Amino acid sequence: MTGRTVLTAEDIRRAVGRIAHEIVERNRGLDGVVLVGMRTRGVPLAARLAATIQEFERQAVPVGALDIGLYRDDIPAMELRPQIRPTEIPTDIHGKRVVLVDDVLYTGRSIRAALDALIDFGRPASIQLAVLVDRGHRELPIRADYVGKNIPTALNEDVQVLLEEADGRDEVVVMPVLSEVEGPVLNEGPGEGER
Amino acid sequence: MTEEQPRAGGAIAALDKQPVWNRHHVLDLDDFTPSEIEAVMETTDAMMEVLGREVPRVPALRGKTVVTLFYEASTRTRVSFELAAKALGADVINIGASGSSVQKGESLYDTVRTLQAVGAQMLVMRHGSSGAPYLVARHVEMNVVNGGDGWHAHPTQGLLDIYTMRSHLGDLRGRRVVIVGDIAHSRVARSNIWGLTTLGAEVVVCAPPTLLPYGMRPNGSPLEEPLALPRVDVETDLDRAVEGADVLMALRLQLERMTSGLLPSLREYARLYQLNEERLARARPGALVMHPGPMNGGVEISPAVARSLQSAIEEQVTNGVAVRMAILYLLARGKP
Amino acid sequence: MTGSLALRGGRVIDPANGLDAVVDVLIAEGRIAAVGPDAGKDATQTIDASGLVVCPGFVDIHTHLREPGFEHKETIATGTVAAARGGFTTVCAMPNTEPAADTAAAIEFVLSTAQAEGAVRVLPIGCVTKGRQGKELAELAELAAAGAVAFSDDGSPVADAHLMRRALEYASMSGPDGRSLPVIDHCEDPSLSGGVMHEGWVATRLGLPGVPAAAEEAMVARDIALAELTGARLHLAHLSTAGSVELVRRARAGGLPVTAEVTPHHLCLSHEAVLLGTGETPGGLAYDTDAKVNPPLRTPEDAAACLAGLLDGAIDCIATDHAPHAVEDKLCEFDQAAFGISGLETALALCLSLVHDGRMELPALIEKLTVGPVRALGLDRRVEALGTLSVGAPGDVTLIDPKAEWTVEPERFASKGRNTPLAGRKLRGRVMATVYGGRVSFSQEAVSARRR
Repeated sequence: MTGRTVLTAEDIRRAVGRIAHEIVERNRGLDGVVLVGMRTRGVPLAARLAATIQEFERQAVPVGALDIGLYRDDIPAMELRPQIRPTEIPTDIHGKRVVLVDDVLYTGRSIRAALDALIDFGRPASIQLAVLVDRGHRELPIRADYVGKNIPTALNEDVQVLLEEADGRDEVVVMPVLSEVEGPVLNEGPGEGER
Repeated sequence: MTEEQPRAGGAIAALDKQPVWNRHHVLDLDDFTPSEIEAVMETTDAMMEVLGREVPRVPALRGKTVVTLFYEASTRTRVSFELAAKALGADVINIGASGSSVQKGESLYDTVRTLQAVGAQMLVMRHGSSGAPYLVARHVEMNVVNGGDGWHAHPTQGLLDIYTMRSHLGDLRGRRVVIVGDIAHSRVARSNIWGLTTLGAEVVVCAPPTLLPYGMRPNGSPLEEPLALPRVDVETDLDRAVEGADVLMALRLQLERMTSGLLPSLREYARLYQLNEERLARARPGALVMHPGPMNGGVEISPAVARSLQSAIEEQVTNGVAVRMAILYLLARGKP
Repeated sequence: MTGSLALRGGRVIDPANGLDAVVDVLIAEGRIAAVGPDAGKDATQTIDASGLVVCPGFVDIHTHLREPGFEHKETIATGTVAAARGGFTTVCAMPNTEPAADTAAAIEFVLSTAQAEGAVRVLPIGCVTKGRQGKELAELAELAAAGAVAFSDDGSPVADAHLMRRALEYASMSGPDGRSLPVIDHCEDPSLSGGVMHEGWVATRLGLPGVPAAAEEAMVARDIALAELTGARLHLAHLSTAGSVELVRRARAGGLPVTAEVTPHHLCLSHEAVLLGTGETPGGLAYDTDAKVNPPLRTPEDAAACLAGLLDGAIDCIATDHAPHAVEDKLCEFDQAAFGISGLETALALCLSLVHDGRMELPALIEKLTVGPVRALGLDRRVEALGTLSVGAPGDVTLIDPKAEWTVEPERFASKGRNTPLAGRKLRGRVMATVYGGRVSFSQEAVSARRR
């Protein structure tokens, strides 16, 4: 493994804590705030944010899970795991302040899809965006409201967010895109989704 | 989203257990792996959620043209595909055998080549001749979905039946599924046999010998060739077949079976093979009652059983739309 | 015909004369003039046949030439070129044309067209019943007088048992020499048939209606009973089931005048060809319409029984049942596709696979393609010494290289019928040249270098 660790488990814990505070601060409390994690790793991040907020605010925040698979404008020519799962929005989001949660912000195309998906469920008062890592290289006019860490990357690098819930440990690594001899290679084209 | 990076190392083990889909056509379930069926089931879950929304429509297939080409009359399958395609944002063109060039004697080959030439990307077809979709798939680039071919296969029906069974019974391994009726001429039976045996269910077919195909008749030689239809248990006595069943599926009896000398009378058929309350009582408590429709009430199934709490017949219809959405979506994402 | 043609130094196999030796064959004035060591040393033309097998020209007693009426499928001209390419110098034309060959005029048409345009000899078969309708007898004596060598409603059986009895009885007086001509029956009980492939596990898997073996066997049994009743000559076309072979074997053991043929495809292929096909098959199922034939390809066990019957003499000969069709007849749904295989150009190579597999000797195979069919229909009464290399026999000779490998490319067939389940298949054994009446009617390019 040639990856370099850019966030340790402790870094992640601190970043989540900071974002949790910022969310409460920015929204002047939790009135009408709904957290919506984007599948896959946005979902555990949203849950952690909710748990953290609960700790210091003693108040539960509704948490949803959003699958953007049916809204992507960039269906890859050949994807080995075209998995989509149900979207679960636990509450009517009409007039609410929705905080979208994702792990990595890259081209912005996933967020664009997420906005479309979310709006199919109602008309929120506002939508904010929280990400653990912003790696740059935006292709759309999208920016995050809450960022765990800005990590400048090269286009030929991958940012891999590993979370206890999905991967058994917490870590963020940056690694070079492996050469094609490494087995099945997924579509590389720009706009294929967040990397 | 970063979950789709299997090259990158760390999280691979978990990802490898996820379903794999690499398919251009859906012609039958005979070549589906358990994980492909799993992929359809999971995707169907997501489609059920979409169908539950106030506005059940997503843009996943925006800009795609889906043609339904039905050489046989069909209400539920064709409408179900049409709703599925529309819910995914596709443009849908419906072609029936009447009122088209088909009626003027154009060959199937010429018809589908024309549809491809005018820009259709996906073709859903129903045809009275077994194997017709295979002929088409060999000669077009479009995704071909078999909406039923002759006596051969009806894969989306098989998948919706499996989805329905799983939503009630969970894992189907070791479950006893009894399919009763005209097995010999049933594409629904064949596709269910493939799908269910792939998932480890125990399939029992039940019919009089005249409605059983070669290899399933009593006293006949069984299907032992490696490429034959999977072996199933065969019963000619429905009372015995239903013992301990988890699922009872009645097939529609085509009334022309009477005139072609395969059955003496409807009355006798109903007496011997109707799914009625008495027989349902012999099955496992809470056993699921299914029927692919359209039903001949009072022939293969008693109206009371069809409307009983154990009946999943209406659910099958609802699930049918979601399963077909899943199939269209997965094919659109598959390899070109 | 002036001059002479010698085939020198080949392995000459002439089953009728029990000959299998490296000798010369000399043809003069269109007839076999001599067979022996150095018999061809003074010929005006020679072909170096060393390393090749030289044998009598093949005789196919079951060929559909389609003309008149279906010239888009085949003509007498294209069909006989296909025959020459397949090593056949005599073909018997089945009468299921449009109009059917149920009149003397129709028989004369086939003979005169073949005379003018044919690349090999054509011997016509006349109908048993008018229009092949199975209702009234055709004028069998007139057909015989016009040149018919046998009678058949092939494509359909003579379903009515009473009519079949009368046909057998009537045919028994119709030969040119007062001896009977055979009635060839296509054995298929229509009430048991109605399917599109063999009734077996493949049909179950593909959801196709089947034709049970019993549909053929019931009719074979009926015909044998009628042959016994009438004492007339009965020939059974394209046997395909183990049960049929056994019925014929028993009938012959009982001394009945019953003969039978089997096709190369029923010997060498099975119903799995419908399932698997050739080339790319999306979904893994071919539904190969090119393997759709009547009677259907059956099980490997049936094929083995047919071969056993051929070897023990229950079956007299191999016949191609060459049934050419146009592309659109096969590029369609399986149940709507036409029945039939274009067989003339692959017959030898397909049968040679039995030789290469050690299941049959080469001389036996050649017998079943030459003198076997001639004797089955009594064709030597029409053409003396046909199917042999006896001195005075027609100068019909086939040169084969039993080891040459080639790939079946239907688009290169001389036949208009490209319908073969062997497309793309590599076969071993090839017709290198065909000599008909002393003239080379077909030769591979490689043979020109051997000509002087």
